[in-house]
Amino acid sequence: MAKMGRQSWTLNNAVYIEETGTSVGPKEGKGPLGSSFDKSYENLYCGEDNWEMAERKLLQDSIQVTLEKAGLKPQHIDMFIAGDLLNQNVSANYTARDMDMSYLGMFGACSTSMETLAIASQLVDAGAADRILTAVSSHNATAERQFRFPTEYGNQKPETATSTATGAGCALVSREKSKIRIEGATIGKVVDFGATNAFDLGSAMVPAAHDTIKRHLSDFGRTPADYDLIVTGDLSSVGSPILKDMLRSDGINIDAVHKDCGNLLYTSDQGMLAGGSGTACSAIVTYGHLLDEMKKGTYKRILVTATGALMSPTVIRQKESIPAIAHSVVLVREEG
Amino acid sequence: MDSKFKKENYNKTAKSYYPKVPLFRNCLKAFLVGGFICLIGELLTKFYMQVFDMSQQEAGTPTVTTLILLSALLTGIGVYDRIAQFAGAGTAVPVTGFANSITSAALEFKSEGYVLGIGGNMFKLAGSVIVFGVTSAYIVGIIRYVFNQLVGG
Repeated sequence: MAKMGRQSWTLNNAVYIEETGTSVGPKEGKGPLGSSFDKSYENLYCGEDNWEMAERKLLQDSIQVTLEKAGLKPQHIDMFIAGDLLNQNVSANYTARDMDMSYLGMFGACSTSMETLAIASQLVDAGAADRILTAVSSHNATAERQFRFPTEYGNQKPETATSTATGAGCALVSREKSKIRIEGATIGKVVDFGATNAFDLGSAMVPAAHDTIKRHLSDFGRTPADYDLIVTGDLSSVGSPILKDMLRSDGINIDAVHKDCGNLLYTSDQGMLAGGSGTACSAIVTYGHLLDEMKKGTYKRILVTATGALMSPTVIRQKESIPAIAHSVVLVREEG
Repeated sequence: MDSKFKKENYNKTAKSYYPKVPLFRNCLKAFLVGGFICLIGELLTKFYMQVFDMSQQEAGTPTVTTLILLSALLTGIGVYDRIAQFAGAGTAVPVTGFANSITSAALEFKSEGYVLGIGGNMFKLAGSVIVFGVTSAYIVGIIRYVFNQLVGG
């Protein structure tokens, strides 16, 4: 490992995303990226009895698909690092119950995808593990219940609200050469600009994304032109333009290379308001669609910045504001 | 950095990026859907008055009960929340909205069991309406009583 600047690192050894797996719900499967996912369900229950079990099913699927595609068995894996949105990380914890391997549970709300990937790459680089599975999940209905209202409650949501993606994404990190190499990461800090509207998490997370991207470019001594794509997790159609304007006022122009996973995941006629969000959002878009594009050669080097809002309904009702965090990971296409 | 993106101005700046709320269109939708629900209520009252020979006052109870049943059914088959996203206050204000808040909570917590799941959470949303409804009725009742005593009405 080599420390870069104040919040970043590059990896000393070549560490790769050996394989990935994704499993998604009906709206994601019917969305514009539907064909890039390994498995999709027609029904939100995914053949299970309740929403929580459905979310675990998605998580288990993504892991199973990853192992199958890599031609590996669970005994070949040293560690499992995972997280989700539910209290006590239950989806990840209960999935780990059946996995018989070292496990670290992580929580960074919707930034958990890049948090787990960054830590996994670091542990593999240091030689603490040979192969690590990282996975995250979210489910629209479990998130609705925990953070908002019962799913069938007739509450009119404003246009600024995002919709939690249903799905799970898994990445296998190892030193086995593949087309996707993990170059380094920038670990964000918690930033709170005083936003209080839980129906507009996009703009609440922009200051965190802004801070991490700016820090990343300065730590790595790079400009946006060094990337073919700078993709944020779930800043939505409200937050994305704010991020661009905010960075531009610092003299950093990402207009040509920026995309947001939440806006890639659905079409505007799917009724998803400001776009997709949730832990799975950045994971399924990155591990499914974006890595496909990198393998095809569309992108050579991308910066994935996953953003997370770190509040709970209780503290919001106690009139607290919404703190946010963003973590960035650099992925590079390996030629040959 | 531009001062409008500074922490103290951020919330105001973020709001300027919000899509414009189509106030007139939303009001119109709420008026039409809410009015349509009232129209169904009116027809039900007429129905009970004609068929069961009830007075208008007597027909009130079965009318409300039928609307509650319809709302619960639409909630159960997953339609009510979609109509509500379109109609806003049009579906929230009538008694059907109240029924939806209870049915949706009961459905949501069914997986946690009948007693602690459904029983304990059914009034999660409707509870505050009941609490403040009863409390304000009580206060208004006292005011009315005192007023009548003083004025001698």
